[in-house]
Amino acid sequence: MSNVSETLIPKIGVITDVRIDTPDIKTFRVVTPDGVKPFDHRPGQCAMLSVPGVGEAMFSITSSPTNTEFMEFSIKKCGCVTDWLHQAEVGQQITIRGPYGTPFPVDDEFAGKNLLFIAGGVGLAPLRSVINYCRHYSDRYGKIDIVYGSRSKNDLLDYKEIVDEWTKDANVDVHLTIDNPQEGWDGHVGFVPNYVKELGFDTDKTVILCGPPIMIKFTLDGLCDLGFEKSQIYTTLEMRMKCGVGKCGRCNVGSKYICKDGPVFRFDELDELPDEY
Amino acid sequence: MRKCLVEDINSVLAQINKAAKVYLPVDGTDGKARFEEWAEGKEWSNALNTERSAKDFFFPQTENLMEFKTEGKNIEIIDIRSDKDDFVIFGVRGCDVRSFDILDRVFLVEPIDSFYKARREHGIIISVACGRPSETCFCGAFGIDASNPAGDVTVWRTKEAVYWQSNTDKGEELLKKVEGLTDCDEAAVEEEKAKIKKIMDKLPLANLSTEDFGAGKTMELFDSDKWKDLSESCLGCGTCTFVCPTCQCYDIKEFNAGKGVVRFRCWDSCMYSDFTQMSAGQPRLSQLERFRQRFMHKLVYYPERNDGIYGCVGCGRCLAKCPISMNIVKVMKSLGGKDNE
Ligand SMILES: Cc1cc2nc3c(=O)[nH]c(=O)nc-3n(C[C@H](O)[C@H](O)[C@H](O)COP(=O)(O)OP(=O)(O)OC[C@H]3O[C@@H](n4cnc5c(N)ncnc54)[C@H](O)[C@@H]3O)c2cc1C
Ligand code: SF4
Ligand code: SF4
Ligand code: FES
Repeated sequence: MSNVSETLIPKIGVITDVRIDTPDIKTFRVVTPDGVKPFDHRPGQCAMLSVPGVGEAMFSITSSPTNTEFMEFSIKKCGCVTDWLHQAEVGQQITIRGPYGTPFPVDDEFAGKNLLFIAGGVGLAPLRSVINYCRHYSDRYGKIDIVYGSRSKNDLLDYKEIVDEWTKDANVDVHLTIDNPQEGWDGHVGFVPNYVKELGFDTDKTVILCGPPIMIKFTLDGLCDLGFEKSQIYTTLEMRMKCGVGKCGRCNVGSKYICKDGPVFRFDELDELPDEY
Repeated sequence: MRKCLVEDINSVLAQINKAAKVYLPVDGTDGKARFEEWAEGKEWSNALNTERSAKDFFFPQTENLMEFKTEGKNIEIIDIRSDKDDFVIFGVRGCDVRSFDILDRVFLVEPIDSFYKARREHGIIISVACGRPSETCFCGAFGIDASNPAGDVTVWRTKEAVYWQSNTDKGEELLKKVEGLTDCDEAAVEEEKAKIKKIMDKLPLANLSTEDFGAGKTMELFDSDKWKDLSESCLGCGTCTFVCPTCQCYDIKEFNAGKGVVRFRCWDSCMYSDFTQMSAGQPRLSQLERFRQRFMHKLVYYPERNDGIYGCVGCGRCLAKCPISMNIVKVMKSLGGKDNE
């Protein structure tokens, strides 16, 4: 657990690299002023980043725990903090606190399983950490399938890493799709939920699903049609957050605090919560 | 058990104040009682219920957390937490004492909130048995014994004397420093307790039942069609959350103080429309949903996380203060089915 004296009080982080992923998403590399990783984390956990005078916001740590040198965050421009970060340059200091939330059960429930990752848009950010963790320890898992879709080719996150690394990994099958036909794209065209049904996966897989609410809803229905149980499917939720430690009340759904008891949930667990997320 | 005469209470408080700063309920010019710093000439209010609850002492309405200095691309974080002095809150009623427990179960579970913890560790609570409850009181519904409240020290006040009983080491240490308290037996206090219990039993809300609430009731109550009527006139003003001793939601904000940025937290309310607003959407679009959140949290979600303990202490403040006279009792009566008819 986190150090008592550090609750709410962040550390300094330095942006050491900014990668432009899509027209509205950039990936930021962050270390401490001494050049080391700010803290250890588990796949699926998040961190609060802030720019003093602008505000604080929660982001998934998109880099894998197996990366011991730095942390990465893929951030979509959509408000005060994210706008500010998007104009920040290398060398800029920010503040960082965490890690927050319950991680994906990579060492227990996922162990030995075939894994199916399904992501839409910026929803790949939280899954990238898990995917790279499972690729790193590939002997602990079965086969890995990744279905990832976006509006267009330009909106696909981590495209270079997907093409240069994931598709070349013998243990991994990558299935990309974009919403509409586009020049220079010879891959699949169509929405993620339909593509998942077309691909028709065996139900022996554990599924990790993340994306916009509408995509989650239809993909979940599709998976259930294919014969998957809700108890095989994991997701990560997004609620407004301030403290990140289960105290400010903002992310409360039923008796859970999404920041602390989540953001990772199994769909059968979500059925026990009121539909308010 | 120790005692002093009613007319000596001020000299006892003066002595306690030498050990640690004392706050006590004092009548304002508007006739309402508020906690104020003790000073010569300040009288302990007869009104036992204070306008504002005592949660301010541990969880102030606004509290600075840290400061930042920025220069070019660099940031310096300044930890502004300072050593606190001990202080005494005198005259806290049983309901408000329980509210500290309820807040503890939020702020003192891992990861511990160091700001709250520092205040809590330095606070010494002197509770008072509540012999003159208001008609809006229903602490008994939540198992609180107003005749025998918790706290570091408990005080009973009869016509002639004030009785003092220490319950903790902290409390005993404090009472040891006071001259003019004489040892006595428990007879008068036992009599007073019995008297208070009788008064409590006769309160209009004495029979309010919690039977239909608590852990495991989420789905049944969440989907009730009663929420619509209950929430219909709610203004979303948040008064009920601000006066409530157990409401703990907060916001974190910043202001630029000229020479740097100060980050602070302040009370917030789940009754406000922007409370859960985010770039990805708004999970509670209507006032019905926000209203339901407040009461579901007190009556179902909180007990589910906290060994069945309810998130309401029956202090009655929200009954007295809501501009449209909506409140948790009406919610309990409406949702509580036949147990609360
Ligand atoms: C557990 C968790 C994990 C997350 N992970 C990620 C992640 O990995 N990557 C990621 O990108 N996000 C992630 N988010 C979402 C991220 O926290 C929000 O995008 C972020 O809080 C937005 O903060 P902001 O200050 O930029 O927006 P705010 O300023 O708070 O904006 C909030 C609202 O105001 C509106 N708004 C504000 N300014 C403007 C403006 N100039 N023009 C128009 N509208 C405006 C926005 O549209 C939005 O509706 C995550 C959230 C959670 C809870
Ligand atoms: S909900 Fe109302 S009665 Fe209950 S503790 Fe809060 S203010 Fe008091
Ligand atoms: S219940 Fe009453 S006090 Fe509370 S927000 Fe609604 S109108 Fe305001
Ligand atoms: S963000 Fe504060 S309780 Fe979850």
